[in-house]
This record gives sequence, structure tokens and C-alpha cells, in this order.
Amino acid sequence: MIRRDAILFAGLGVLILALGMWLKVPTTIQLLVTALAYALIALGLNVQWGYAGLFNFGVMGFLMVGGAATTFISYPLNDAFWTSAGPFMLLKALIAAIFGGLLIWGVTRIPKKGNLSKLRGFLLVLAWGVAYVTYRSQIDPAAKLIETEAGFVGGLGLHAAFGWIVGGLAAGGVAYVIGKVCLGLRTDYLAIATIGVSEIIRALIKNMDWLTRGTLTVSPVPWPTPLPADVVASGMTDTYMATIVSRSIFLALTVLFIAVIFFFLQRAYEGPWGRMMRAIRDNHVAAGAIGKNVTKRELEIFVLGAILMGIGGAILTTYVQILDPSGYQPINHTFIVWVMIIVGGAGNNYGALFGGVFIYIVWTISEPASLVLFSLISDMSESAGIGAIPEIESRALQMRVFVLGMVITFALRFAPQGMIPERVRSEG
Amino acid sequence: MNELIFFLNKVIISGATLGSVYALGAVGVTLIFGILRFAHFAHGDMMTLGAFISFMLVGLFQAMGIQTPLPTGFIVLPFAMAITAGLALGIDKGFYEPLRAKGVKTVTLLIASIGVTLMMQGLIRLFAGTATRSFFENETKDLFRFKLPIEGVKRSINISEPQILVIVTTVVAVIVLHYFLTRTRLGKGMRAMADNPSLAQVSGINTAAVVRATWIIAGSLAAMAGTMLALDVILKPDLAFNIVLPIFAAAVVGGLGHSYGAIAGGFLIGFAETMAVFNWAVLLRPFKAGLPEWFPTDLSLVPTEYKLTVAFIILVVVLLFRPQGIFKGASS
Repeated sequence: MIRRDAILFAGLGVLILALGMWLKVPTTIQLLVTALAYALIALGLNVQWGYAGLFNFGVMGFLMVGGAATTFISYPLNDAFWTSAGPFMLLKALIAAIFGGLLIWGVTRIPKKGNLSKLRGFLLVLAWGVAYVTYRSQIDPAAKLIETEAGFVGGLGLHAAFGWIVGGLAAGGVAYVIGKVCLGLRTDYLAIATIGVSEIIRALIKNMDWLTRGTLTVSPVPWPTPLPADVVASGMTDTYMATIVSRSIFLALTVLFIAVIFFFLQRAYEGPWGRMMRAIRDNHVAAGAIGKNVTKRELEIFVLGAILMGIGGAILTTYVQILDPSGYQPINHTFIVWVMIIVGGAGNNYGALFGGVFIYIVWTISEPASLVLFSLISDMSESAGIGAIPEIESRALQMRVFVLGMVITFALRFAPQGMIPERVRSEG
Repeated sequence: MNELIFFLNKVIISGATLGSVYALGAVGVTLIFGILRFAHFAHGDMMTLGAFISFMLVGLFQAMGIQTPLPTGFIVLPFAMAITAGLALGIDKGFYEPLRAKGVKTVTLLIASIGVTLMMQGLIRLFAGTATRSFFENETKDLFRFKLPIEGVKRSINISEPQILVIVTTVVAVIVLHYFLTRTRLGKGMRAMADNPSLAQVSGINTAAVVRATWIIAGSLAAMAGTMLALDVILKPDLAFNIVLPIFAAAVVGGLGHSYGAIAGGFLIGFAETMAVFNWAVLLRPFKAGLPEWFPTDLSLVPTEYKLTVAFIILVVVLLFRPQGIFKGASS
């Protein structure tokens, strides 16, 4: 950290304080929790893009996996599901899936040379077909039964902070599979592939009603810390203060998570591992030539970044207490994160942290700010005899997206390195 | 026979309509990728913009009292295409050209195109709101029913006026594009530049003119695709945002940079989507008596809600196994 960065962070602190004066205190804490969760996601993308140059445009998918996983872990048990035939049928579906997986795996073992090599492609397609039909024949009745008898599978009723970690691990697991198949692609192709994968994940989570309740949404997702109502129950009579206390504890837990993660990320970045990653990013051919396993390292960092995104997504879902698959949009959950690290500074963790919080604040206040601006213009046009602007509120909401786009285009043009650019410490 | 006609209506006609829209969009995406080497994510919003321009022109025409036998949305298409092409040139001048002049990596252009997407989306919603609109508020959408003169056929082949128009227009656009690329100096220059930009430049091809031509073609085709889609379905601000990924899928399937591949890819994705959600058991209905009891009544490949996902799965599979597209070597 150098002085310029310190000034920028101090400026951010002043901005937050000013917001605290303008908005109410609970709202400011809420803003901070969400902004920090986004900062964590931005750190994850910074690991993938800033450290290793992986063009991941599927951030939304990992957030959804994290959110769905934490909901599954922390939501109370659904007795109607566990007493029905559902678990047994799901087990059968799992066995069918394993059978299918083994079948496909077996066909891929066929050597590429030899008698069967000509049939290999055909057999592979056939194996996929058989596996798909077998799986569908088991999962469809199971899904139907669970949806009619129990609604959805419910949760495990465990602690939500544990859910965050599982959310991260689940996203990491999904990233392992995606990375294994997609990381052979580079630049634009990887971007298109990951965006496609994240849309597939969204379609699955949205339509697997038996697992996630789909568009019916799951709520309330429990908090890891006491809810405002719990604080009131424990003896605090002032509900306003109780909200502040409760949200502050949540904020403290989020800060703790981020502080620990940030510490280790920074250590890793400054160590040999970080240097190796930068080497792979800047010239993967050369890095491969001096004996670095480029594919394996890139997979490693893709999974690591996805774990951070999963935790961030879990925090977001937990905080709003609702898992709503239709609420996930590429703009709010993928592109905004990209704006954060481009503006903050790719390749620098402080930059990602700064960009995450700063851009989220910009995103949030651009709506009321444009409302003020539009009202002003509306008054002027009314007094000029042209008439007022209709539907100011809904129009002001749309300005958020516009401001986001404007910020990123200006950043690319005038500060492509970001506000806190990457600094490579040179030896000697 | 009734079942076959049902298949024709559900798969062939709607697949061809969807495929035409995808093809028109994918040609633009693939041309931009071929000439400027970046994935232009703002293409979907360019389509939406074109559709809204058409909508405004329709309002203008109707206010002037111009009545036509064809849908007014189709009549105003040339004007909308010209305006959108101009806007596309303006966007390039304002956002991409300065970056290219600085010599940035092409990935930066991709990120810039996302910025442009966000700005366009914000602006469109700012002025048009989030409501859905129809081109057929003051006109009727004609539906043609063709009865086959065969005994016992109750169903008719249904095709709506916009569907006919979109298919015919796409065919015309493809033929014009083909002649442009193979017979004109500028078109040949475009192909040369897509092949090897440095060589094209040293052999005296005006690369700036080629870039302009690319944006004009991409912009006007985007306006055409967007308007056609809005005529066929409905006009809404996020009309094309959901469709930009299937368009990329079409462009990738055909091989990014290959115009003819993109057209084939568009139709391939369109038919794949309609075929995947079609219930194939319907075709077996006449033989119902001969089928065993346990035979399932639903033989669709995926449930309807996964229709768009089919495109993404094709996209990912093609990227993994043949990232150069399925027609490598076959296309010019």
C-alpha cells in the first residue's frame, strides 16, 4: 500500500460516512454488508482474471451455486420430504447417474487407436444417450413425487456460517468440472463458454423445483447471527437499535471472513505461487517451457476464485434471506463484478476490494441521484411549458445500468489499469 | 398425416423462423469477429435498438396516415436499418475506435462492448420503459391456414405473415450478402482482411472502409433481425438480451469469422431448439395400437423450460470439441 491507495481508501471511508449521514444507519450497514460481499466476489474474480488472466464471464453461476448450497445447508429440515419415498427415489436417481457416468467413462477408455477406434465417437454419443435416458427415467418421477408431496427437499438445518463455507466448496466443485472441460479455451472463447455455462446453471437452478423450489423461492433463509427479532427477544426493547445491533453483528462476521481470506490471498500473491501465476498469465507458453504445469495451475486458480465467489454469493443470499433464482441477472451478478475489478484495478487485491465497495455504492446511489436529477429537469421542463417527465421513479431505476456502462467505458479509455493498479515488485 | 402437419407447424416453421433471426444476428457477430477480432456482446442490444427504431417509425407512418397491405413494421425496415447502421458507426467511432487506436488487447474491446451493452440497455429502458409493446396494435396479424386436400386431414398448416416475411427476407439478405462478399471490391476486401489483416493492408485495401462496411452490414442486419423478432413475438426492452447467447452459439457453431457458417449455425440452433422440446411421441400416435403399454407418452428430449438451454449446451459442446466450428475447411 502506498500513499495514493491510502488516500483512496480514506476517501471511500468519507464517502461511506457521508452516506451514513444521508441514509439511515441500518440502511448504511445493509449497504456495507452487500458491498463487502461483492468485494469478496470481486476478489475471487481478481484471482481468476487479475492473477491468472482467465476470462470468466460466468460469475453469476457460481453465485447461484453458493446461494443454493447455503440455503440447502441452513434451511430447517423438511419432515414431509424425509418421511416420503423421496429420499429413496433420489438415491435411485443418484445410482442411475453414477451408472451413466461409469458408462461414459468406460467408453472414453477405449483406445483411440485399434479395432474399436472407428466406433469410438458413435459409442460415446450412444453412451451419453443411454446415460441421459437412464437418469431421466429415475429423476423425473422422483422430482414429481417430491414436488407434489413435500414441495421441495428442504434443508439440513445446520449453522449458516457453515453453509457459507459449503457454498464456497460447492461453487469450487462446480468450477472444477467446468474448468476441467473449458480451460483449454482462451480469451473470447472462454468468455463465451463460461457465459453459456452460467446460463445453463441458472436454467437448472431455476427449474429444478424439487431441489431449490425454483421460481417459488425459498425463504426465510436463517442468519448465522441473531436476527433483529432475536435481539428484541433477548431484552432490547428499541427495535431501531435492535436492527442496528443485529446487522452490525452480521457485518462483523462478514468482515471477519473477508479479513481472513484477504490475508491469505495477499500472502499467496506475494509469494512464489503468485509470481508463478503472473508468469503463466503473461506468457503461458514460456511458463510451460520452464516446467510449470499450466493446465493444472489454471484449474487450481479457477477453483480458488470460484470458492470465493461461492462464499460471496452465499453471504448475499443469507443476508436477504431469500433464494430467488429469477432474481439473478448477468448485469447484477456478472458484469457488475467485472466493472468492479476493471475500475478497482485488476491484479491488485486492494484494488479489487476498493472497486467492489466503491462500484456497489455507485450502483446503489445512482438511482436516488438520478431521481433528484430527473426531478430537477422535470421541474424545468414543466416551467418551460413542455410538461413533466412521466414515471420518474421507474426511469431513474434504469439509470443504474447506464451509469455502470458509462463507468466501465470511461475506465477502459482513461484509466485502463484501474484506480489501484497492479504493482509488480521488481527484485534488486 | 395430422401428426405430420403438427410436426411441420411446431418444428419446421417455428424452427425456420427462429433460425432466420439467429442467422441474421450471427452474421453480424461473425463479421465483427472476423474483421475486428472481438466478440461483440452489444449485438443483442443493437437488435433491440433497431426494433425500437422501427417501432417509432411505425408510429410516425401511422400518424401520417400511410396504409399498406403489408405490416407497417416491415415497410419501415429499410429506414430503421439505415438509422441503426448509422448508430453502429457512431458507437464504433465513440467507443471502440479510440481503444483500437491505443492498440489495446482484443479482450479489452470485449469488455468495452459489455459496457456499451449496459449503456444501451439503460438508455432504451430509460426512454421506452419496461413495458412490452406490439407492432400489431392498430393492424391485424394475418395468419394463413393451408388445408391439404387429403381425406381425413383436420389440421391445417399454419404460418403467420411475420413468419413468412422473416424467412423470405433472410433468404434475400443472404443472397445479397453472398453477392456482396464475392463480387464487389469492398466485399472481397472484407474477406481478405478477415483472413490476414496485415497482408490486406499492405496490398492496398482500405482497412478503414472495410471496418465501416462491417459496422454498416452488422448494424443493418441487427435492425432487421430485431424488428423481425419483434414482429413475430413481441417488442420488449430485453428482447434481444436473452437471444444474444444463442446468436453467439450460432456464430461459434458455424466457426467465428465465417459468414456462411454463421447462417448455417443459426438455422441449426433454431431447429435444434424446436426439435429438442418437441414431443416425438406425437409422431407415433397413429401406431398407438401396436405399441406396448409401458411405452412413454412424452418423448421430448428436454422439458420446454430448457428450450434456450439447448443452444448453450450445443455452444459449450462445439467449443470443447470443435472450437473452429463445424465447417472448418468447407467455408471460404
